[in-house]
Amino acid sequence: MSEAQQYRIKTQPFYQPQANEIALYEAAYQARLPVMLKGPTGCGKSRFVEYMAWKLNKPLITVACNEDMTASDLLGRYLLESNGTRWLDGPLTSAVRMGAICYLDEVVEARQDTTVVIHPLTDHRRQLPLDKRGELIEAHPDFQLVISYNPGYQSLMKDLKQSTKQRFVGFNFDYPTQDVEANIISSETGIDLETAQKLSQIALVARKLKGHGLDEGISTRLLVYAASLIKLGINPRDASLMAMVRPVTDDEDIGATLEHAIDAIFA
Amino acid sequence: MEALPSNSSLELHQLREKLDSRFPQVDDVFEECIKEAKAVLSPLGIEQYIEQARFLGKMGRGVEPMIIFLQEWPQAANILGEKSLECIKETIHAIWKSPNGIAITAFLESLPAISRRLPSEDLLKEYLAVTVDLMNRTSTSIHGIHKTYASPSLVDFIQHSHQLLGVMSISGIKKWVDYGVRNYHHHPENQRAFFQLKSSDSKAVMQRERSGTLLVDNTRKLDLYLLGLWNETELLVPYPTGINGSLIHAPYYDHTGIRLPDVYEDLNEIPGIDRYRATLAHMAGHRTWSTPIFADNFSPLQRLAVEFIEDARIDFLIIKQYPGLEKLLLSLHPKPFEGECNPQSHSCIRHRLAMLSRAIIDINHGYQDAEIQHYSEKIRTLLAKEDLSTQEVLNIALSYVAKTRLQSDQLPQTYFKDTEISYRDDNRHLWKFYELSDDEEQFDLKPATDSAEEIQALPPRHYPEWDYTSQTYRPDWVSLYEGLHPAGDPREIDQILEKHSVLAKRLKRLFDLLKPQNQVRIRYQEEGDELDLDVALRSLIDLKSGNQPDLRINMSHKTNGRSIAVMLLLDLSESLNAKLESSNQSILELSQEAVALFASSIDTLGDPFAIAGFHSNSRHDVNYLHIKGYSESWNDDVKGRLANLNAKHSTRMGAAMRHAAHYLNGQSADKKLMIVLTDGEPSDIDVSDENVLIQDARQAVIELDHMGIFTYCINLDKNADQYVGNIFGKQFTVIDHIEKLPEQLPRLFMALTH
Repeated sequence: MSEAQQYRIKTQPFYQPQANEIALYEAAYQARLPVMLKGPTGCGKSRFVEYMAWKLNKPLITVACNEDMTASDLLGRYLLESNGTRWLDGPLTSAVRMGAICYLDEVVEARQDTTVVIHPLTDHRRQLPLDKRGELIEAHPDFQLVISYNPGYQSLMKDLKQSTKQRFVGFNFDYPTQDVEANIISSETGIDLETAQKLSQIALVARKLKGHGLDEGISTRLLVYAASLIKLGINPRDASLMAMVRPVTDDEDIGATLEHAIDAIFA
Repeated sequence: MEALPSNSSLELHQLREKLDSRFPQVDDVFEECIKEAKAVLSPLGIEQYIEQARFLGKMGRGVEPMIIFLQEWPQAANILGEKSLECIKETIHAIWKSPNGIAITAFLESLPAISRRLPSEDLLKEYLAVTVDLMNRTSTSIHGIHKTYASPSLVDFIQHSHQLLGVMSISGIKKWVDYGVRNYHHHPENQRAFFQLKSSDSKAVMQRERSGTLLVDNTRKLDLYLLGLWNETELLVPYPTGINGSLIHAPYYDHTGIRLPDVYEDLNEIPGIDRYRATLAHMAGHRTWSTPIFADNFSPLQRLAVEFIEDARIDFLIIKQYPGLEKLLLSLHPKPFEGECNPQSHSCIRHRLAMLSRAIIDINHGYQDAEIQHYSEKIRTLLAKEDLSTQEVLNIALSYVAKTRLQSDQLPQTYFKDTEISYRDDNRHLWKFYELSDDEEQFDLKPATDSAEEIQALPPRHYPEWDYTSQTYRPDWVSLYEGLHPAGDPREIDQILEKHSVLAKRLKRLFDLLKPQNQVRIRYQEEGDELDLDVALRSLIDLKSGNQPDLRINMSHKTNGRSIAVMLLLDLSESLNAKLESSNQSILELSQEAVALFASSIDTLGDPFAIAGFHSNSRHDVNYLHIKGYSESWNDDVKGRLANLNAKHSTRMGAAMRHAAHYLNGQSADKKLMIVLTDGEPSDIDVSDENVLIQDARQAVIELDHMGIFTYCINLDKNADQYVGNIFGKQFTVIDHIEKLPEQLPRLFMALTH
């Protein structure tokens, strides 16, 4: 149990519900349905999972997927030791054994052959075959798989196969409305609501420019960064430029437009 | 007129003596001129003034130059300072000594207007240098060094100079003059048209040198602004301002788009781009918050009041949404001084409304007028409660007009100072009419035309051309027409492939090797995806036998993709029809075979590729012939077009490359390759200096390089070494044995992309 202990969420993470997603998730967990979270970067997907793991009091194992990730990075591999080899469980295997929520973040980044290993876990079988070890693990009754991905990439290469998609129930996440977002920023950083509203208004401008040279709108996460800087006494204009403009674009015209928006909003 | 004191009249007499002129016309104006001159010139200045006038009278061009100088100089000296007479004198001498004496009159006449545009002596000197330079370069001679023919354009230039100075800086004028002189040196008619600002490229070059912020340079920024801050997308269309004034007096929008002036100078330290933004904000505000109202029942004055107050309401709401814009709008909104307009002599209605408008958006307006205070306060309170629509603005405006009405509002003289608000549009969207027109018959309503006359071909695209002598682009110099290459019988291409089947098979084998291998194994990794069993066992044995084991026992995979987009650009000029000595094939036929083999090879490889041909018949008629596009497959349509290759005219390479590049640039591949297949140097019938087109092609290669396109030339001219390096640097191959081309072309491509 001590291994599971380290994956538990100790303190309650702040999460601002946007609709009835908490109840829906609880139901999905009760039925042990695999869950898929979709939405742009930095809109609160990971925070939601964290919050739910805390609420359900289950360990949470998070794997950040990348394009070099292979099946053995999830399942486990043999390591060489002085008197032979030793098997080391990967994060997915650990979660299956201990009954944790396994969260595969940005799962489209992983290679397609990697995503296939989760198939037997996500249907009625709830099994994980480890062919290298010749072992078939039955999933712990508490185990649940959660994946997240960002459908906004618009890349032919980065999409999930239908056979993978259709194993999950889905949640659509989007940036919160201005008032909710301002509330989030203010609760996260302790900044006053009025400034938080303004930050959110700037983000609104940027989100409208998505697809016009901006790949992704300014995320709530970046707004929180900006708010933390403002809280530390940085002038709002500089903080917004630093946290919200410089990271999202190299495009001069977009930069100038956002800069103007900041000037227009922070009088 | 009051008589001058006697010592003055004596002095006048002396000056008149000094002038030493017996033209009777001088007497009519002399006294007036001296009186004016005395007010602005020092005694020494007066002496020089008279001296210069005397010179002008004696130079043999009649009385006119002298009289003009006498009348104009005091005005000009008032602005320029009397010291600048020296350089003006030099210029007059220079003109006098050339065959352009006739221009002296025009020059003197232009002095006051110019002096208003050129407040400093240094600027004046530069301007004069440009004038003299223009004169020297356009005065021509037939025999030897002496200029014998007058410059055709000097007078035109001088007459337009004050307008030019209004829109361009001196350095801009210098470039503009330089362009005109260089390109129309031998063509007096065109030269005059250029300097009279009548020719289109004269206007184009001027537009390029305009001072201020050009709309065309900032369209994207403003599009983003409109979309980001106002959630609107609309076409931004510039309307011309400048030289000849404009028919349009204010920005406006209708269903065809938003019309903005083509250039905004900085105003009140607000940069041009922010003026555009303010204008767009105001229009976007109207689009969001204004509703049209019926205009028929209101007088022009009432409508004026409604527009002013509605505009101010919109500005107020803009500031409420984006407080940062307050500073911008207040800087651009004029602040009329209270009581400046005299109601006895002028109609003050605009003045009053501008003050009210200012008071609505500026809480620190400081106006004492009770009505303005009352109404601005009322409107602000209603707006703060979000309780004011256009319809209610109408009522408030009507009551304001009724309350403040003055008899003098009907006076013909309207007081305009500080009442024009440059960022506001003309409010044509605010009014709707019960009746479209007062006229019984409406001539402006045209019957709907049937759309039978559809455009058959694509409109031409204009490309600039590089002028190496001045290191500038000639704007929109080349007209390029794009069209489908006429099709022939695709079976011919199949026959060609059949004929070269041995070569084709060999190429296919080679290209198969090039096919992207998606997964490549990397062995001997300390960290990797998988255990490499062979190595692991070896290490284990080493370990057991007491040797140092190799720790790199893992292996990993990496993807090895290939992402290249190719554009093959074929020179289809007349010279390709030449037959080879060694065989009875023409170069064109060989190129055709080569392209066929090349295309079928790339097709196996799967790289996206396009084929196009070009030829030109002067700069007005460059043809770009589409043979294969990126989205087309290597099918019978494409083969048919290739089978019918047809060569004629000349080779204007730069424009064709620029056009091909815009297609290639649209591809999303990592590497972009443009192969130019040509048999000679760029040339065209309307260019005598062959270096012009070579340098233009060179410039095109540099432009493409900046776009990330790699250009490569395959040249079939044995003597190409002399020029091809100048264009393509090291990126070229000269093929001496043209017979080998069908084999060489795919091989070269392979070497380039492997």
